[in-house]
Amino acid sequence: MTSPQTPRVKTLILVTLSVVFGSAGNLCFSAGMKQIGAIPGWSMAMLHAVFAKVFSSLWIWLGIASMLLFLAALLLVLSWADFSYVLPATAAMYVVVPLLGHYLLGEAVTVLRWLGVGMICLGVVLVGQTPANTTRKD
Amino acid sequence: MRTAVALIILVLSGTGGDLSAAHAMRRIGEVKSFAPSAILRALGRAFREGWMWIGVAQMTLAFCSLLALLSWEAVSFVIPATALSYVTGALGGKYLLGERLTPRRWAGIGLVSVGVMLVCLG
Repeated sequence: MTSPQTPRVKTLILVTLSVVFGSAGNLCFSAGMKQIGAIPGWSMAMLHAVFAKVFSSLWIWLGIASMLLFLAALLLVLSWADFSYVLPATAAMYVVVPLLGHYLLGEAVTVLRWLGVGMICLGVVLVGQTPANTTRKD
Repeated sequence: MRTAVALIILVLSGTGGDLSAAHAMRRIGEVKSFAPSAILRALGRAFREGWMWIGVAQMTLAFCSLLALLSWEAVSFVIPATALSYVTGALGGKYLLGERLTPRRWAGIGLVSVGVMLVCLG
């Protein structure tokens, strides 16, 4: 695990992990909230009941765990890679989530959304071709 | 008017939070080992950096603005509008963190921003 890989490989691994855990977290939250159902009202009693349901859902806890791993991977990659490199690269989540939503949760994906997915892929490829770190002094 | 103000707060404080966290991570230096103990040690050091907590405070403000916006406006307007963060993030990276943005990176950021808007509008 103590891996002196090239910065490019390390960056790729951690950005991929961010995208995977971020997407998984969003899907878990989505599955959990769909199971719980729409929030019936905003009174304190109703919110208390909703919170109790939310925090007793396995999906929500899986989502929280996934999001913590997403945050850890993101912070680690930011210790060497440019923010302006990492931020657009993690937008690949906007590609993974509609794809998984479509194939796993049976959600409809419109033509406009597929067009957006294509543009994000192209944008991420372009950003990926630039150096991950432009501030290194050596 | 209140929507515009909340959107500006959301984009600026969200970007500011991310930039502050990025700055904190740069201050602790490159994490070279993926061993769990080394990762935990690095994250522990990061959360002892003042910049990290400034980032957390700004992210909290951004989250509150997001909730307020969602209570006033349709989600189909709010989320695509947050794609502006990719541009403000790039500008922050250039002017606050000293990153060098090539035309290719700008083109990629532009495509990602428009793509995110389309995904959210679709």
